[in-house]
Amino acid sequence: MSELTLTVMRLGFLAVLWLFVIVAVQVIRSDLFGTRVTQRGSRRDSGRAQQASRQAAPPQQRQQHGGGGGRQRRGAPTKLVVSEGTLTGTTVALQGQTITLGRAHDSTIVLDDDYASSRHARIYPDRDGQWIVEDLGSTNGTYLDRNRLTTPTPIPLGAPIRIGKTVIELRK
Amino acid sequence: MSSTTNPSTHHTSTIGAIGAPSRRNTELALLVFAVVIPVFAYANVGLALNDQVPPGLLGYGLGLGLLAGVGHLVVRKFAPYADPLLLPLATLLNGLGLVVIWRLDQSERLQVRSTFVEAAPRQLLYSALGVALFVGVLLLLKDHRVLQRYTYISMFAALVLLLLPLVPGLGADVFGAKIWIKIPGLGTIQPGEFAKIVIAVFFAGYLMVKRDALALASRRFMGLYLPRGRDLGPILMVWAMSILILVFETDLGTSLLFFGMFVVMLYVATERTSWIVFGLLMSAAGAVGVASFEPHVQQRVQAWLDPMGEYLKSKQGVVGHSEQSMEALWAFGSGGVLGTGLGQGNSDLIGFAANSDFILATFGEELGLAGVMAILLIYGLIVERGVRTALAARDPFGKLLAVGLSGAFALQVFVVAGGVMNLIPLTGMTLPFVAYGGSSVIANWALIGILIRISDTARRPAPSPAPNPDAEMTQVVRP
Repeated sequence: MSELTLTVMRLGFLAVLWLFVIVAVQVIRSDLFGTRVTQRGSRRDSGRAQQASRQAAPPQQRQQHGGGGGRQRRGAPTKLVVSEGTLTGTTVALQGQTITLGRAHDSTIVLDDDYASSRHARIYPDRDGQWIVEDLGSTNGTYLDRNRLTTPTPIPLGAPIRIGKTVIELRK
Repeated sequence: MSSTTNPSTHHTSTIGAIGAPSRRNTELALLVFAVVIPVFAYANVGLALNDQVPPGLLGYGLGLGLLAGVGHLVVRKFAPYADPLLLPLATLLNGLGLVVIWRLDQSERLQVRSTFVEAAPRQLLYSALGVALFVGVLLLLKDHRVLQRYTYISMFAALVLLLLPLVPGLGADVFGAKIWIKIPGLGTIQPGEFAKIVIAVFFAGYLMVKRDALALASRRFMGLYLPRGRDLGPILMVWAMSILILVFETDLGTSLLFFGMFVVMLYVATERTSWIVFGLLMSAAGAVGVASFEPHVQQRVQAWLDPMGEYLKSKQGVVGHSEQSMEALWAFGSGGVLGTGLGQGNSDLIGFAANSDFILATFGEELGLAGVMAILLIYGLIVERGVRTALAARDPFGKLLAVGLSGAFALQVFVVAGGVMNLIPLTGMTLPFVAYGGSSVIANWALIGILIRISDTARRPAPSPAPNPDAEMTQVVRP
């Protein structure tokens, strides 16, 4: 076998080996999951930041979002806003995912509140895209307007949901 | 996953959940890549040695592909949310190890040795057994938390496995280390490799229960949290155990591995830096103490401090000296940055254990610094995925077990690679997946199986909301 062929194979092999390592690292990069928190400097930046974070989302997530957008009716809420409590001002984009609330660390919104249970309530869309709030057997209850929830209940736009000292509502 | 905000950042954060998607197709693509690379290496070795593509290329490629395919299908069926990188990385290392072992089989210098056996076919068989055990772990272990029930049973099992080589008639003293047991008709196995996994289960279960006592009951002294005397009990016991292994089995590597793994898990469980300080002091004291009277260990230290002197003495025929350390360093040196090319090095001059303990020297010579760095990075990625799994795991037992297993894996790679490169005294351990040795390959496939099981549980999305039948029955009708 000629010297040249062997040299090409030797360097080619090292290149392929490193290509594998680089591809593996790329997979890790696209494999981030958990909770995305976007810090915003001012109101004007918010649109840009949201756009940027949406671009950074993994492709599967984007497809899911696109599909959900197609089904969404007019006037459906697009975000959940915390209007009272220690997390005031926090918003969660509604993209067809279940949102859990409670003191447990793996909740979507972790409530730092003595009156909240560790798994307090969840908010999820039903088949028609209507958002539903359900109390998960909490000690102190979940209130929609003034009424304590006993069954999964559809959430009207802008209606306050109270958990301990925290109040959240759905907005467009 | 927490969204705690302090008052100064009010009105500033948006939370969006990103679920971990199932990454099985990514895994499949990487697996194909991980099978093609060793096949390329195999063809390269054949062309360099005999000017022809080796006749076994198709069979070897199909064999490795079959193992990878079976592994992938089982993961797809039984652990669909598992980490996409662990299986391809392990497959690539196993495949490259097979190629280099085959390449050393072809060496005429090694073939004339009295202890020569064709190692590559056996290693392929061991790999198949390893993948079978991997499949077995995924099929039988539906939830890693089941292992928590066997905390103390695991401790006894690990002790028995570690002590087996000392049983007269069962143990086999091979080249100065008593770490093998002989099973008539089956050959020898190294129970320490399996004990590594079993004892990680014990440490995880034990520390999960005791970590609060170990972390909180302590006095502050000179910036360090000193644990109470009675809480030192377990670490002293593990330390004594690893010293005993060192003295009676003269196996520095295994004793370092166990003690190191315990200190890593203790640190992760309690977040106390003082445990690391204690651990390092205790292992240093133990190693120096044992080295002062154990000739086998003394010789290893001597070869570490003065490899050239050892080499010359060995060439002069003085008994009890080894020339391998110096030869391994020469192999690394003659490899340079880009290596001599697969099949074109002379690392087979390291006659004894060239395809097991010293296999990294062959990589160093034939793939050079660039190749060894890639291999070490692949090990690093496996460890990183293990630690990432621990971060994502929701239960403390799974966290500790994942950290312990990946810590043991990392320590083993460090101990072997450091020994061969003369960074630390050489100890007889195998480079996971790459080196020739049945127990090591089989045990490490089981280790990867457990990590994949934990990562599947950790990344599985929460179940979708099901309508609650009780709620329907107990509706309150308000006027």
